[in-house]
Amino acid sequence: MAPDLSVARLRQKRELRVRWLLTAPALATIIIASVGPLLIVLLFSFMMKGEFGDVKYWQFSFDGWISLFFERDPIDDRFGFAAANFQIIWRSVKLSMLTTVITLSLGFPTAYVIATRTEKSRELWLLLITIPFWTNLLIRTFAVQEVIRNEGLINRTLRSLGVIDQPLQMLFTDGAVLAGLAYVYFPLMVLPIYASLERLDRRLLEAGYDLYAKRVQVLWYIVLPLAKPGIIAGSILVFIPSIGAYVTPRVLGGGKNMMLGNLIEQQFGQARDWPFGSALSIALLIVVTFSMLVYVRYASQSSRGSNG
Amino acid sequence: MASGRASFSVTKQPLFAFVAAICIFALYLPIATYVAFAFNSSGTGSQWESFTIKWFVKAWQNSEIQQAALLSAEIAAVAATLATAMATLAAIATTRTSPYRGQTFTYAIINQPLIVPEIVTAVALLIFFARIKVWTDYTGLAYLIAAHTAFCIPFAYLPIRARLEGMDLTLETAAADLYANGWRTFRYVTLPLLWPGIIAGYMLAFVISLDDVVITEFVKSSGQDTLPTFMLGQIRRSITPELNAAATGFFALSVFAVTVFYVINRKRSQQQ
Repeated sequence: MAPDLSVARLRQKRELRVRWLLTAPALATIIIASVGPLLIVLLFSFMMKGEFGDVKYWQFSFDGWISLFFERDPIDDRFGFAAANFQIIWRSVKLSMLTTVITLSLGFPTAYVIATRTEKSRELWLLLITIPFWTNLLIRTFAVQEVIRNEGLINRTLRSLGVIDQPLQMLFTDGAVLAGLAYVYFPLMVLPIYASLERLDRRLLEAGYDLYAKRVQVLWYIVLPLAKPGIIAGSILVFIPSIGAYVTPRVLGGGKNMMLGNLIEQQFGQARDWPFGSALSIALLIVVTFSMLVYVRYASQSSRGSNG
Repeated sequence: MASGRASFSVTKQPLFAFVAAICIFALYLPIATYVAFAFNSSGTGSQWESFTIKWFVKAWQNSEIQQAALLSAEIAAVAATLATAMATLAAIATTRTSPYRGQTFTYAIINQPLIVPEIVTAVALLIFFARIKVWTDYTGLAYLIAAHTAFCIPFAYLPIRARLEGMDLTLETAAADLYANGWRTFRYVTLPLLWPGIIAGYMLAFVISLDDVVITEFVKSSGQDTLPTFMLGQIRRSITPELNAAATGFFALSVFAVTVFYVINRKRSQQQ
């Protein structure tokens, strides 16, 4: 039945064309206003910097990438280790890792407590976690600033209690940035862990106690492995926006405690070094993609583990 | 738990409830403080004096805040509409099908804005649009709308796709059996069933667009401040409760949107 076969193939072809047509507007928009410009950034990272920002077109150079680690001494033109840049990159890695650890150690108990409530009260608790998540990040950062600034809630309370007589300088420190990041990304840690614990089988816990496990052992050997996919997802969801954070370090860190996002912005602003800014952006993208890959690998491993 | 086995709870973990309570408290303390100062009659915002709504009146009458808020709403409305329309089409094409060539590519592209750090997209758009601005001399809102539409698409796409995947194919087959053509089936069967997903997607896209600071900050031409970029621009100046008031209004809007989103989702899960 050769004709039938070709009709079927034609129909299949037409269907495929329709699918592409339907997805075309979304794909085109994202390619034009998101993916495509990234390729330009990649290209720019290998060009020479222009005098007033921009780049010298089609004059290739590795200067942008070299600036990640080295800087040229303005006096004798020798290369030295770029300590200032390294410090900012190191701070970004350090703060985003600490943010992940802090949100995990606070978010796990919170997610666990929510997941073990009755079904009715769970919804309310979840709503309580979700509302800040959908509140403007800038507003939440301002709210943190309100609490920790010199005339803020904490300093005023401590002063009226007589604990201190000079305000503690909390704003514009690394600690402030860390607190801010942990505060704004906390819901991103709680929600996936909650999702993985939502259908926690209590019989497994009972079995643990029947075998004379202590609470800590039940937690460590039963609950934690079950929560693992959520923990990994939450850690990635917190780590990625933290390492690329721009608003939080700008508002809470001030000019001194910059992170990668601010360093990138500076290259396109005052510093007028577009190739270096582009190289930084691509480097950030590589770090993020790499951690995503690690996550996907872990996630597929752990799902295979639970199936087997 | 010395009171004996009768009250033994298998799910209890020491200190967990305490940590959770502290966390929820810490989550709301800053927001509550911030909102409270929007109602404080003292202008310096460091001491509570008395209750007032004068800052809301002032913020409402502040032409800069007005313009910024209007622009935020305008961009969010247009971008969310475009993104939802595109995401709906894309979701229909990519669900309820055997894997087709290019499907993985489509997923990768649609989810791309979720993965790339905002600051990277922001500088990429800055470079790209700066060129186009030089070439075409056009500095209107289209840049912001294009950028917002792009990063809103995945957020609109997710709930619509979830809704489609949970939908019953037999109804559409029945319509086709009754000689409804493709369009009529879509218009009278698929679309009404899909509607809650589309609304949820639209809400998400709208809130995501309203929230954006970083990409807007880099893409905007002069005089195109949205409420978030306007607020960011104020950090170097002295703090005035007017901003708290504007932000509180913004916050109320988000709470409203989330609540509506929840109600729709709950209805959906009850239907199933």
